Amino acid sequence: MVEQSRNSFKHLPDENGRFGIHGGRFVAETLMPLILDVEKHYHAARTDKQFQDELAYLHKHYVGRPSALYFAERLTEYFGGAKLYLKRDELNHTGAHKINNVLGQALLAKKMGKTKIIAETGAGQHGVATATACALFNMECEVFMGAEDVRRQKPNVDRMRLLGAKVHAVTSGTSTLKDAMNEALRYWVANPETHFYIIGTVAGPHPYPEMVRDFQSVIGHEAKEQLMEAEGRLPDALIACIGGGSNAMGLFYPFLDDKTVDIYGVEAAGHGIDTGMHAASLTGGTPGVLHGNRTYLLQTDEGQIKDAHSISAGLDYPGIGPEHAWLHDSGRVNYVSATDEEALKMFQLCSRLEGIIPALEPSHALAFASKMLPEMSSDKIVILNMCGRGDKDLEAVLPKLEERGLLSLDKGEA
Amino acid sequence: MGGRIARCFSEAKSENRAVLGMFVSAGDPEAGLSEQILDVLVSNGADFIELGMPFSDPMADGPAIQASSLRAIKAGMTLEKTLDIATRFRKNHPDTPLILMGYFNPIYIYGTDRFLDAAANAGVDGLIIVDLPPEEDDELCTPARQAGLDFIRLVTPTTLGDRLEVVLNNAGGFVYYVAIAGITGTKSAETDSIKQAMTRINGATDLPCVTGFGIRTAEQAHQAAQVSDGVVVGSALVQLIEDAAETNPLNHDRLLSDMGSFCAGLAAAMKR
Repeated sequence: MVEQSRNSFKHLPDENGRFGIHGGRFVAETLMPLILDVEKHYHAARTDKQFQDELAYLHKHYVGRPSALYFAERLTEYFGGAKLYLKRDELNHTGAHKINNVLGQALLAKKMGKTKIIAETGAGQHGVATATACALFNMECEVFMGAEDVRRQKPNVDRMRLLGAKVHAVTSGTSTLKDAMNEALRYWVANPETHFYIIGTVAGPHPYPEMVRDFQSVIGHEAKEQLMEAEGRLPDALIACIGGGSNAMGLFYPFLDDKTVDIYGVEAAGHGIDTGMHAASLTGGTPGVLHGNRTYLLQTDEGQIKDAHSISAGLDYPGIGPEHAWLHDSGRVNYVSATDEEALKMFQLCSRLEGIIPALEPSHALAFASKMLPEMSSDKIVILNMCGRGDKDLEAVLPKLEERGLLSLDKGEA
Repeated sequence: MGGRIARCFSEAKSENRAVLGMFVSAGDPEAGLSEQILDVLVSNGADFIELGMPFSDPMADGPAIQASSLRAIKAGMTLEKTLDIATRFRKNHPDTPLILMGYFNPIYIYGTDRFLDAAANAGVDGLIIVDLPPEEDDELCTPARQAGLDFIRLVTPTTLGDRLEVVLNNAGGFVYYVAIAGITGTKSAETDSIKQAMTRINGATDLPCVTGFGIRTAEQAHQAAQVSDGVVVGSALVQLIEDAAETNPLNHDRLLSDMGSFCAGLAAAMKR
């Protein structure tokens, strides 16, 4: 399953959960026996055909996989360069890639005999996916969400409640995703025997970064096969947005050893990297230890964690998955960034040109595509992960588009 | 090396009592007051001090200590200043063990070797680093032992099985039994469950063992003192600072006197 070659970018983590200096298991002792148990069960499940078959069945019949790989002809024409394919993970049940991972972990929790689930959520997509899986598996669900995010992502809070989850509005610290994760970990420390913690991204203590990556890799495996069918070859480049980095890791991982494929991860630059008001941990952060792993963090010179800033609640996190940190150090993946403003423009543009309302998160990926594609020749091919749909963002985005006069562009010039 | 901690426990044993450890965050509510707070605690019967190194995201702590950390950071506390407080404490109290407690990131950013040198020079006796389990011993535990600092392990209700041996390996100073599965300052443990844990831990190590997490009153402290070698109180003490910090202007004398009498009450409860 894991390629052991020293030249491979796919041989990590090591047995201590390390990706180079990143990753690890930096958790309170109360949690150690639990994560060792999760690791043991996960490693067994990886090679358990019955587990993999059950998950594949759910991915196909419940989520609607494989998601389409769609040639975005009008965006391609607009950008005027390389051909753009969108991996349509926004078409999944619940509207984002998050469900791929959640079903895997919920299935694992079920095998481990756990009936109660904890999750943290930022934009609410992971919370909704977890609440959905819990309804399906008849499990209790407690979702921790920063009070600030509860306010700006109300439709998702309502969905979680309807699905039967209990949503805890977290007011400690700065009331955002990092505090929701702190609270979820605290809750797990207090309820270690009964609860399973479904982490929503490729971060946290080992084995979570590896496990979430594996569950999300279905995105990249499908995309590779689908493009082979459509074009008979590998893509020239991949683009995905990055908060914690699970959709990106899922798309990138199967391509890491394909040396001809250039890979780009797009972080949220918020108001701009030089303003300090951003969420770009790789571009603007330094290595540190938080939430169970070492990785790049937004932090002060004293090692205190700073607030992240992004218009997208899903990217608004001061850290990043440790495998991305290592792929950054090793130079295999290029990490770039896009601002709030650039993402907003793409939100509108993609809606108008393709009839696809993207979430704010992949709008960041589109913003980078809009710069890179025109520089490439028309025989080049790029796959972009359309990891979520934008319905949840309308309340936040529409007033901003109106302010900028972008909603009045309805004369059909685009 | 480790002498102060061992002496502290053997002295208490000869007096037929448990030792009392008091936790406060360095620089809470303000840097200038820490020295006096620590003096008041020692003069009112604290046998050792657990000095918190404030961190923005203390994931094993409850609301009282989270708020305490944030107050201290907001008031300008840094790791450098925490080490200064430790240095002054050692001058004022040559025999009282001083333990630094906190999370790894501020130490990692300060520089592990630089931190260990400074802590040893300041006269710190031991470290409790919440998010460094034995699996991460290379990060700080091993070099700390080489620098002559005890690395104090947390044993929790979830570690009492096969894992106990793993946790006790490399343990120094004393063992800190986290009496509840949970965060600081929330629920409290039954004396019977503490007693069973102590039997298990005492059978596996010669180090003394203290009980902490969820001990808020002199009565709870007295019960825990009957079955363990020591007791640590943190959240309830820190709560006094929170209450005082809410009044404006902060009444220093009143806060110090409240902390002193709370500590004295706990010290009296250490008798067997």
